[in-house]
Amino acid sequence: MTAQRILARQNLGPLFERIARDGRRILAPVRRGDRVAFEPVTRPDEVALDYVQTRTSAKSAVFPPYEPLLRFTLRGADVQADEPPPAAPPTVLFGVHPCDAASFATLAAVFTWDSPDPPFERKRANLTIIGLSCTRGDAYCFCTSVGGGPGDPRGSDILLTPLDDTHFLVEILTERGQDVAQLAGPLLEPHVGNGKEAALARIAPRFDARPLAAKLPALFNHPALWQEQSLRCLGCGACAFVCPTCTCFDITDERDRYHGVRLRCWDSCGLALFTLHASGHNPRTKQSERWRQRVMHKFAYQPERLGVLGCVGCGRCSRACPVDMNLAQHVQQLAETAV
Amino acid sequence: MSALEPKIVAFVCNWCTYAGADLTGTSRIKYAPNVRMIRLPCTGRIDFMLLLQAFGKGADGVIVSGCHPGDCHYTAGNFHARRRWTVFRRLLDFLGVDLRRVHFAWVSAAEGAKWAALVNDVTAQIRALGPYTDFPQRLDGRPQPAEVA
Amino acid sequence: MDALRTKARELLAAGAVQLVVGYAAGSEPGRARPCFVRTPAEADGLIWNEHCRQNLATYLQKPEVRAFGRVALVARPSTLRALLQLAAESQLGEGRVVALFVTDDGAVAELPTLAAIEEAVAQLPRGLTAAEHQELERIAALPRAERWAFWAGEFARCIKCYACRAACPLCYCARCITEANQPQWIPVSSDPLGNLEWNVVRAMHLAGRCIECGSCSDACPEGLRLDLLNRVLAEEVRTQFGAEPGLSLRKDYALASFRPDDKQEYIR
Repeated sequence: MTAQRILARQNLGPLFERIARDGRRILAPVRRGDRVAFEPVTRPDEVALDYVQTRTSAKSAVFPPYEPLLRFTLRGADVQADEPPPAAPPTVLFGVHPCDAASFATLAAVFTWDSPDPPFERKRANLTIIGLSCTRGDAYCFCTSVGGGPGDPRGSDILLTPLDDTHFLVEILTERGQDVAQLAGPLLEPHVGNGKEAALARIAPRFDARPLAAKLPALFNHPALWQEQSLRCLGCGACAFVCPTCTCFDITDERDRYHGVRLRCWDSCGLALFTLHASGHNPRTKQSERWRQRVMHKFAYQPERLGVLGCVGCGRCSRACPVDMNLAQHVQQLAETAV
Repeated sequence: MSALEPKIVAFVCNWCTYAGADLTGTSRIKYAPNVRMIRLPCTGRIDFMLLLQAFGKGADGVIVSGCHPGDCHYTAGNFHARRRWTVFRRLLDFLGVDLRRVHFAWVSAAEGAKWAALVNDVTAQIRALGPYTDFPQRLDGRPQPAEVA
Repeated sequence: MDALRTKARELLAAGAVQLVVGYAAGSEPGRARPCFVRTPAEADGLIWNEHCRQNLATYLQKPEVRAFGRVALVARPSTLRALLQLAAESQLGEGRVVALFVTDDGAVAELPTLAAIEEAVAQLPRGLTAAEHQELERIAALPRAERWAFWAGEFARCIKCYACRAACPLCYCARCITEANQPQWIPVSSDPLGNLEWNVVRAMHLAGRCIECGSCSDACPEGLRLDLLNRVLAEEVRTQFGAEPGLSLRKDYALASFRPDDKQEYIR
């Protein structure tokens, strides 16, 4: 269904205006000092188009750090509970890289695999993703090791590739992408020729993730291996929080005597008390067990059970880690370890 | 704060200030009704988190009061409290919290008049400062001004 | 670096320690990572540069590290102070740790006892540097509303990942106050109140204990200036109470002691 067009950079402003007039907000990468993060924008000059990667991911657009699930009030012996209307404003996520665009498939696989998840689904239904191919990466990027690439179209409704300083190649990939293309109207010009490949960054694959789903379970009972890899891990939780595919959450009530709200908040399997049972038993008391869980969940359990890889190779975990735990290096080592 | 009246929370020790406030009442001294009293055994037990809890639930001002140094029912509780208050005030000030919303006092069981004067003065100050709208509020099911995105 | 590697090899070969915790080259030139050297041959991987910042005393909290036996820690001045403070708080016994204190010129001093560490720390400069003073002053001098806006902006980025807590050598509580839920003192969610309360609680629980290594703000994935909160309280404890953590094996926790003439002019 892919259609190709050209968009002149100078037409980004009019495109943003048309999107806004259609009642949609635009989330895009914004640079503040040395950090780039996704924020609501109205004008293209606010957008950092030349970034390698943001610190935190765009998963907040569908899975925010905290969101209310229920509000409840106690009246005598009665509890009155209601679901607050979900905040799901029509949104265009503009300028995410292909790794992030691909991450939404993993998020959806987790949040919708067995029961409906209205907070997630309503936000996802109202989200259109305009991806931006990568013209450069850094030492932490490893999308090509996990089935992705700097120009990979998976997950984007529209994918832009900068062909030069003045023009983007526009690939319209889905029906949602078609809707935005229709809004854009004459701003999208006919495309002749190619040039996408030449513009893309070169990210050499470091390992092949596909055999890992079968191989990693065979390494489960190699405690020395997991301890070696995780000895410097502080168990801080930063990796899960910046990760675009991590979905662990905690459900907690904030309340006073008569009113309360039930919240879903980000959590991390790397935190020591994540698996603490009410009985007091904790099946994962060692950081090496928690590290093993993280790797196996992403590279073995999710592929096996949900048919999606739990990692898109964005490298955020490794950039953010205070002690330089480098997931690509670790997984490469596992891929090369004899069973 | 309702349209007109500040809400002030007072964390007071049982042996001195609470008794002093009782004396204010039995002496039939009228004073501003804006204070909600929270009685604790000793100022030494007052965790600074309690003050933040008060602000997080809508208090416009906070008073913390106990026995005079040397008179603590538990001998040294207020000495420890005093050091904690000094450090906590520095932190609040550094964060940009208006210290005029947080008041510390020594009010003994005999100082009924002092308690009334203190509450009247603090209430007037907080009323002049206006409602404390800046401080983030606890998410407890009360309607929030902005929905989480 | 050579002196460090040689010293590490010696200690391991002689069986004086079973593990050397130091730094190795990281994922890219601007980074270093903590490393765990078990054999003399592995000591070749040890490096020392300005990127070696994570306070290695934090690793003494990990049972897997303690299980090795006697441990040598590559140390900056703040690492030494953390070790003393841990000892003063009964968290570190004699004979568990050898500090390998690396000075600016690359020389390595082996400090095998807590007393030796105490002596080395006594030679170190104290207090805030001029640059650190200036930074605190700059914020303190802002009009109050701007100060509040600055911190509101910082805390808005907090995602409550607790990397600051994990990186800190003095945050060793088996059950942190954030993990208490009867009552839930600190909201779990990264809402504005939760973020403010978490950062305030951490600053206050470290007041008089923080040895100002900066690992907290280094670890923060959002780059929050948490270290400023810890530093301003460290300075307050210094000026008001004349107390400073991490200098002595004798516990001198400012908030557990008092003087009859402590400041109180703000108390009516």
